[in-house]
Amino acid sequence: MNKTLVIIGHGMVGHRLIEEIRERDTAENWRIVVLGEEAHPAYDRVALSSYMAETTAEGLSLLTPETRRDRRVELLTGVGATAIDRTERRVSITTGDSLHYDALVLATGSRPFVPPVPGADLPGCHVYRTLEDLDGIRAAASPGTDGVVVGGGLLGLEAADALRTLGMRPHVVEVAPRLMPVQVDEGGGAVLARLVGDLGIEVHTGVATASVHAGEHGGVGSVELTDGTEIDTGLLVFSAGIRPRDELADSSGLPRGERGGFLVDGGCRTEDPHVWAIGECAAVRGQCHGLVAPGYRMATAVAEQLTGGGTAEFEGADGATKLKLVGVDVASFGDAHGTSEGALEVVYANNAQGTYAKLVLDDDATTLLGGVLVGDAGAYDVLRPLTGGPLPGPPEQLLLPASQSGGPTAGALPDEATVCSCHNVRKTDITEVISSGAVEDVAGIKSCTKAGTGCGSCVPMLKNLLDEAGVATSDALCEHFPQSRSELFEIVRATGITTFSRLIAEYGTGRGCDICKPAVASILAGSTTSHILDDEQAGLQDTNDRFLANMQRNGTYSVVPRVPGGEITPDKLITLGQVATEFGLYTKITGGQRIDMFGARVEQLPEIWRRLVEAGFESGHAYGKALRTVKSCVGTDWCRYGVQDSVTMAIRLEMRYRGLRAPHKIKAGVSGCARECAEARSKDFGVIATERGWNLYVGGNGGFSPRHAELLASDLTDEDLIRVIDRFLMFYIRTAERLQRTAGWIESFDNGLEHVREVVVEDSLGIAADLEAAMARHTENYTDEWGAVLNDPEKLSRFVSFVNAPDSPDPTIRFTEERGQIRPEPTDLPMPVPTTGRKTVTEEVSA
Amino acid sequence: MRWHAVCREPEVPTEFGVAALVRGHPVALFRTGDDELFALGNVDPFSGAGVISRGIVGDRQGEPTVASPMHKQVFSLRSGQCLDDPETRLPTYPVRCRDGVVEVATG
Repeated sequence: MNKTLVIIGHGMVGHRLIEEIRERDTAENWRIVVLGEEAHPAYDRVALSSYMAETTAEGLSLLTPETRRDRRVELLTGVGATAIDRTERRVSITTGDSLHYDALVLATGSRPFVPPVPGADLPGCHVYRTLEDLDGIRAAASPGTDGVVVGGGLLGLEAADALRTLGMRPHVVEVAPRLMPVQVDEGGGAVLARLVGDLGIEVHTGVATASVHAGEHGGVGSVELTDGTEIDTGLLVFSAGIRPRDELADSSGLPRGERGGFLVDGGCRTEDPHVWAIGECAAVRGQCHGLVAPGYRMATAVAEQLTGGGTAEFEGADGATKLKLVGVDVASFGDAHGTSEGALEVVYANNAQGTYAKLVLDDDATTLLGGVLVGDAGAYDVLRPLTGGPLPGPPEQLLLPASQSGGPTAGALPDEATVCSCHNVRKTDITEVISSGAVEDVAGIKSCTKAGTGCGSCVPMLKNLLDEAGVATSDALCEHFPQSRSELFEIVRATGITTFSRLIAEYGTGRGCDICKPAVASILAGSTTSHILDDEQAGLQDTNDRFLANMQRNGTYSVVPRVPGGEITPDKLITLGQVATEFGLYTKITGGQRIDMFGARVEQLPEIWRRLVEAGFESGHAYGKALRTVKSCVGTDWCRYGVQDSVTMAIRLEMRYRGLRAPHKIKAGVSGCARECAEARSKDFGVIATERGWNLYVGGNGGFSPRHAELLASDLTDEDLIRVIDRFLMFYIRTAERLQRTAGWIESFDNGLEHVREVVVEDSLGIAADLEAAMARHTENYTDEWGAVLNDPEKLSRFVSFVNAPDSPDPTIRFTEERGQIRPEPTDLPMPVPTTGRKTVTEEVSA
Repeated sequence: MRWHAVCREPEVPTEFGVAALVRGHPVALFRTGDDELFALGNVDPFSGAGVISRGIVGDRQGEPTVASPMHKQVFSLRSGQCLDDPETRLPTYPVRCRDGVVEVATG
C-alpha cells in the first residue's frame, strides 16, 4: 500500500506528526508531503526568544538529518495551500500545482491578533511569531530608545525581553488589570509585575492602546494609551493574542468552531473522514488550544489513527504551564483562578523574596484543584500531578519554598503521575528502572527513560526518586578516597600537592588502587609540568600510559604516531612502512585518520620510537585519556563544496590540545562544509564550517552509547572558536568525573548543555579567564612524551621484557600469519567475563 | 627448594612491578611501599598474556594487591588469590633479599 498524507503547515505540531507517523509506520504505508509556508522548516517556536539573544535559525530547527534524508517525507518549504477540493481530494498550492491526498491534516497554526487601533498598520509596527518577524524587529531596533509591546501575556513578556536584549527600554501595555491574566491571579500578577519591573521593563496594566501616531519619517512616532500616557517610540510589537489560521475552511466547506478554528471531534477529525486538524488551528469539540503540549498530544492521537486504524482521542488539556519568563518562574495549573464552586484558597506570599504561591482546594480542603506559583515554581512538578487528588500533607507545607520546608517530595506522587512531561515519562517508569538495578544515577535514568533530557526541569525529581529508593549516589572515587574526581581536582589545585603519596596521606586512606592511582595521575598531569613517567608518577599510570603504547590482547603493544588532522607526506608514510617492515608489525588504518602498528614487544618500543622521532613523528597519545585526533575533511583546499579550510583548522586544534590529559579520551573533528564528511558530530567537540565561520558542536561520541554532538555556539571566527573550545575543555577537565566523557558530563548538569553554554560562552561563573590561562599553560609547557623518554636512561631502563634477561622475548608471545601479516596466536584460554563485586568499567581500547 | 638470584634490590622499584625469568618461568616481582617483596606468576590467567608485572599495585581493605592491566581483575600479592573470582589464583613464589640481591625460590 502506498497512500499519501498531506500535512498543511510545518510548525512544531505538524513536525511532531511526521515524527510520530514515521516512528509507527514500520510497513511504510504512508508517503508524507508537508507544506511549510515559512522560509524555514519547522523550528522550536517556544524558544523563539532565544533567537534574539544567541541562537541561530539552525539552532532552533527541529528537522533532524534523519528526517531530512527520509525518502518517505517530502518537505515543500515556502509553499502554502490555497484551496482544498474535498470531492477530488486535492489541495491547490501556491506554486500553482495541486496535490492528491488519501489523508489530509491541517496544522496551519494561528496568526497574531492585531487590535483595531488607528495607526496599527504604520511601518514600525510588528508582530511576534516567526523568525522573519524577529529579523524585522532586530533590524528596526534602536538601542537606548523606548519600545512598546502591546499585550502582557506570555508572548508579550517574551517580546519585551527580546527588546531588552536588543538594548531598548521596553514598555508592556496590558489591558487586563495584571500581567499574564490567563495564567495568574491578582496576587501573583502583582509579584510578577514587580519582578518584571526590576528587570527594567515598564509595566502599564489596566490600560489599552488608544492610537499609534506617525512620526517624521512616516513610520511609528509615538503610542498613546487610553489613560493619556504618550510614549515616544519608533517600534511597536503587537502580541495581543492569536487567532486560528482557518481560511481554508472557506474553499473546502469545512465547518468552523464558534470561536474559529477547524471544528473537529475528540479524535481531531473533521466531518470529512479524510481530513483532520491538529494544533492551534483545531477547535477540538469547539475549543482551541494555544499551547504546544496539547498540540503534540493531538498529533499523537492522529498518528495512532493513521497507522493503527484505531480511534485514539485527544484527551483534552488543562492549560497547565510552567515557564521561565525573562528569568522569572511562573507556573499555573488546574483551576488556577478558583472558579469551582466552594473552592478555598491557601496563599503564601513573600514580598521580600518576590515569591507568590496559591493553592486552590475543594470546599473541605482535602483535594487539590489547582494553583499559581510566581517567583519560585519549584513545587510545580510535584503539585501538578497531584491535581484532582488528595493533598499529601498540610497545604502550607506544600507551598513553602523547597529550601525552607524540604519541600514536597517525589514520593508523594502517585505512580501514574507524569514526572517528565517533555517525554511523557511516568513516575512508575522511573522507579521501575531504579529498582531493577539498571541505573544508579541521574545520567542512567536519562539514558534509560529519556526523562530529564528535554527541558531538564524534572532532574531534581529524578535525584529525589533515587534518594527515596535508597540508591546512594556516592561520589567517592574508590575505597581510598571519599572525594569525587572533580573534588580531588579542586584539592590539588588549591593545595598545590604534586604527589600521590601526599594526597592519599592527607586526604585518603590506604595505598591506593587501579582506580584512584590513574585518576590522580591524570589530575597531576594537568597541574604540573613534569613528565608522566617522572619518579612516583610512573607507578600510578595504567599500563598504556606507563609504556606510552596501547596494550593488546597478547601483552604486546600498538604504536600510533601523531598525524595531525590526518595529513601526512609520502615520505612519512614510507618511514612508517619501513619501521613496520623492520620490526615485523601488523599495520592498520585507524578511524582517527592515523596508522596503527601492532605487535610491538615492550623491549622494542624504544627502538621503534627512536626511528619515528628521527623522522619527525611524535607521540599520538592513543594510549592516554587525552586528546586523540582531530579528524578532518580536505575542505576548501581541494573540495568543490568546502567553504572553510578544515585541514588547517584541524591541525591547529590538534597541535593546540595534544597531550592534554582529561577524565577520558577526547576526540574531535573539523568539517569544511555542512556535508560533514569528517563526522564531527560524533566527536567530543566537532567543528563544522558555515559561510560565516564555524559552528561548534559538543558532547558527541561513538562507542557503546553513541551520541550526536549538540550545537554550543555558531558562526564563530577562528579566534573565538579556539577561545570557546579552550574554556569548554578546561571546564570539562576540572569538573567531570573519572571516565566520564563529555556527553555524560554535560548531562550531569541540571540544565545540561544550557549550563555549559552559560559557563563557557557567557562566562556566568566568571572563570573563563582562568580556564583560558590554564589552557595557555598547557600549550606552552607541551613536550613530546616519547622524545623525552628517549633522552632519559632511567626511564628507558623500564622498557625491558625481563629484569634479568632484558632482551629475551616473552615466551608467551607467539604470532601466526593471516592475510600476509602477523596476528596473535589464538589462545584456548576463555576470555574473561566481567568481574562481580565491584564496579568494572569497560576500557575502550583505541586502535 | 632452590633459591635463584634474580636482580639487585633497587631494580625492583617501590609500588611497582618488574618481570623476571626464573628457570624459564615468567615471574612478576613487586615491592610495596613498606619494603615488602612479593613474587607471583607473571601470566594473567584470564588472558594468557605475560602482563601481571605491569599492573597497578595497591590495596583492597588493607590487603596488598595488583590489578591485571588486561581486564583489571585484582589479585592478592600475598596469596595470589584473585579477589574478583574465587576460582582463580596466581602461583606465588618465596622471595627474599640477601646482601642487596633479590632471590626467588622454585620447587
